[in-house]
Amino acid sequence: MPDLLSVRDLKIEATSYPPGEPPKTVTLVEGVSFDVQKGKVIGLIGESGAGKSTIGLTALAYGRGGVRITGGEVKLNGQDLLKLSPSGIRQVRGAKVCYVAQSAAAAFNPAHRLGDQVIEATLKHGIMSRAEAEKRAIYLFRVLGLPNPETFGERYPHQVSGGQLQRAMTAMALCPNPELIVFDEPTTALDVTTQIDVLAAIKHAIEETNTAAIYITHDLAVVAQITDDILVLRHGKMVEYGSVRQIIEAPTQDYTRALVNVRGSRRDEAPDQSDTLLKIDNVTAGYGGFKVLHDISLHLPKGQTLAVVGESGSGKSTLARVVTGLLPPMQGSVSFGGKTLPPALKGRSRDELRRIQMIYQMADTAMNPRQTVRDIVGRPLSFYFGTHGREKTERVKELLDQIEMGERFLDRYPAELSGGQKQRVAIARALAAKPELILCDEPTSALDPLVAEGILKLLLKLQEDTQVSYMFITHDIAIGLAIADSVAVMHRGRLVRFGPKSKVLSPPFDDYTDLLLKSVPEMEIGWLEKVLKTRRMESAGN
Amino acid sequence: MTAGGQTTPGPDLATAAAAGESPQSDGVAGPDSPTGKTTLHTSIPNDRGTLSPWGRFNRRSPLAALILQRLALSIALLFAVSLLIFGGVEALPGDFATTYLGQSATPQAVANIRKDLGLDQPATTRYVHWLGGALQGDFGTSWASRQSVSEQIGKRLGNSLFLAFFAAIISIPLAVILGMLAVQFRDRMPDKIINVISLAAISLPEFFVGYLLILFFAVQMGVATFPATVYDTMTLGERLSAIALPTATLVLVVLAHMMRMTRAAILNVMSSAYVETAELKGLSGLTIIARHAAPNAVAPVINVIALNLAYLVVGVVVVEVVFVYPGMGQYMVDAVTVRDMPVVQACGLIFAAFYIFLNMMADILAIIANPRLRHPR
Repeated sequence: MPDLLSVRDLKIEATSYPPGEPPKTVTLVEGVSFDVQKGKVIGLIGESGAGKSTIGLTALAYGRGGVRITGGEVKLNGQDLLKLSPSGIRQVRGAKVCYVAQSAAAAFNPAHRLGDQVIEATLKHGIMSRAEAEKRAIYLFRVLGLPNPETFGERYPHQVSGGQLQRAMTAMALCPNPELIVFDEPTTALDVTTQIDVLAAIKHAIEETNTAAIYITHDLAVVAQITDDILVLRHGKMVEYGSVRQIIEAPTQDYTRALVNVRGSRRDEAPDQSDTLLKIDNVTAGYGGFKVLHDISLHLPKGQTLAVVGESGSGKSTLARVVTGLLPPMQGSVSFGGKTLPPALKGRSRDELRRIQMIYQMADTAMNPRQTVRDIVGRPLSFYFGTHGREKTERVKELLDQIEMGERFLDRYPAELSGGQKQRVAIARALAAKPELILCDEPTSALDPLVAEGILKLLLKLQEDTQVSYMFITHDIAIGLAIADSVAVMHRGRLVRFGPKSKVLSPPFDDYTDLLLKSVPEMEIGWLEKVLKTRRMESAGN
Repeated sequence: MTAGGQTTPGPDLATAAAAGESPQSDGVAGPDSPTGKTTLHTSIPNDRGTLSPWGRFNRRSPLAALILQRLALSIALLFAVSLLIFGGVEALPGDFATTYLGQSATPQAVANIRKDLGLDQPATTRYVHWLGGALQGDFGTSWASRQSVSEQIGKRLGNSLFLAFFAAIISIPLAVILGMLAVQFRDRMPDKIINVISLAAISLPEFFVGYLLILFFAVQMGVATFPATVYDTMTLGERLSAIALPTATLVLVVLAHMMRMTRAAILNVMSSAYVETAELKGLSGLTIIARHAAPNAVAPVINVIALNLAYLVVGVVVVEVVFVYPGMGQYMVDAVTVRDMPVVQACGLIFAAFYIFLNMMADILAIIANPRLRHPR
């Protein structure tokens, strides 16, 4: 069977403008070749910066920003897209090849109704009449499991949920009956329980319409559910290319093996959980009369880790704000080391502040971009301990060694660090205060899987060295499994389940914990179908 | 973007964001409740959902609630301005009686005139009296001409509005279209030409532009009418030909500002993800700008248009003088020189009312342009 899309020896470049230096050309992608057959799905997988999206967009002959496709060929049905005129390319985009963006919330125009946007390309390319296109849109809404398919198109983007928008975007891509769809991380921004529904809907729709697809993701477990072939990418080059079974079950490259085994590590919980450090008693909290947390009681033993697991809107970050004193609770109290903490930040002494530190999801927005690593890590040293001069520099170096980075990073700015390095610096800053508790608010969810695993290992090592406790907030129950001693599951502002890990994560489960556990993709072909059959509860967010 | 927690902020984020946000916020994701967004009469539902009547109305139709709010604000503002105008005129140095009678007037004559004009009464009484009349459309009698101010202003206001109206219906579409063209050809020749010409037009003082136009079109080529005086007996065609030059001057003056704002607002939107989506649908450049970028750039553009409209009505004094056009601006300047207070006050209040009205309309249109408020969840 002839290939629908055939990419040969692709080379993609961009121009970067380093401050104070002449502009230079950077090669983003080099020597990438792959094929897609009619009705088949190929997965592009790799960490951020691997060039996945850039390669995916070449199927539409599109370079985002200043990106240029400088070599190779991209043939669709034998025709090289890179040689087409601008108007020739417009004939392909939105008609033969369609695109599904990562954030449908941003990719839909807020000013127009969903239905109009879904059929826009179909009408523009003259593929169907308006009545036919509307009928097809309704059909697709139904196939994708959207509520009230007949009237769904009359809504505006802000009137539907994130998961529904992602499915509407898929409908938009399917509507003109394209030969190929590029899915660019379509489920990455969704909650796990929503992701599974969207994934199933996309898979069903692809099978139903017999469309070929390029599926881009950083999550190998997700791609294993939906594709026929997998292309593993790193730094813009091909690492491994093969069938899904071969990649998952018999990877030949070390990098692929690391990706496959990324969630392998698990830690046993501490046997003794009696020496309580942090105690949250019957806390109810919210904003301006609107309650977000309802009667939460938790405790965290000294030198251990509590994972607070929940989806967006479950109130887990609000709980962290209550502990830090940023949000005084309406009712209830927080005690620390046996003493009740003043509810508001202002009422707490400097030493009370020192003992609780925080690290955040977005390390780069939590650091001053105009300060060097030396200043960022040194600040708590002078603020809490009055350390100055040589002594301070020595201590900063020590901390940098502890986070496995070393003193050559002393005078770097945050912009000169990678995502993982920034998060390490943030950890060093928290450690500098010699805290007893570090609140970790999704510190790994913005990172690539392998980098995230490195951060988790570092956190565990630091806990052994310094006996610090972690309250680890995450949407990913798998991380809870990996590093926690005790686990708290939250849902819509209430505590669903709390206790030692072994107890929380063994049956019998309540419906929500069951749903959450079953929604974490597993590195197993056919997992999606299996899970959908055994679910007890519909997804929470949709 | 990252996993899990980010695209659909829960109630915590929504309410936190609601505290001090303007209705034109352009955040895209998430179910933020429109009810929380109003800053004045916010009533946040408590756990049981009991709401005040205003809160219920606010929740059912946030659009109407916001518009009502803007109306009320405008009226309050107009009152405040009327106080300011009256107070300001009171505080002006100089006095009509002395100006009128000259340096050598006897104190008795001055006192008589003051008594005639009612100036011997306390300021509060006169303010209430003046405002009461103004509310019924009666601005009193001109001290200088002894004629009704309302009558005199009526004719001149009509003239000013006539001029402003034609300047507006030419300049607004022109500015928006030029702005879109500048975006389509950004950083290329057409964009640069549009920019240079409009900048030159805005940089030259309007009297200079006016005299240049008179020199070329009226004096040398003889195709335009000058002076631009209009009478009651003129036909519409004659009037239009009379105001051609002042209209052209005004268009040149306000065009650049609106054009550049349109360009900036659309360029801002052009970098958003939904414009990329449109591009990947294979739409052409101008379709993308007109259909996908422009509707989201409407709010800032409307604001700058309203400001320029206000300028067209209020700030045409110089142009009216250059072209000897019998409008409001000229009338007010004359009245100030002779301390004809009723006229000054009336003109000030009418100008202020126009300014407030146009800005209120801009606000309301920007609110209506926001689909989140027009179609609450």
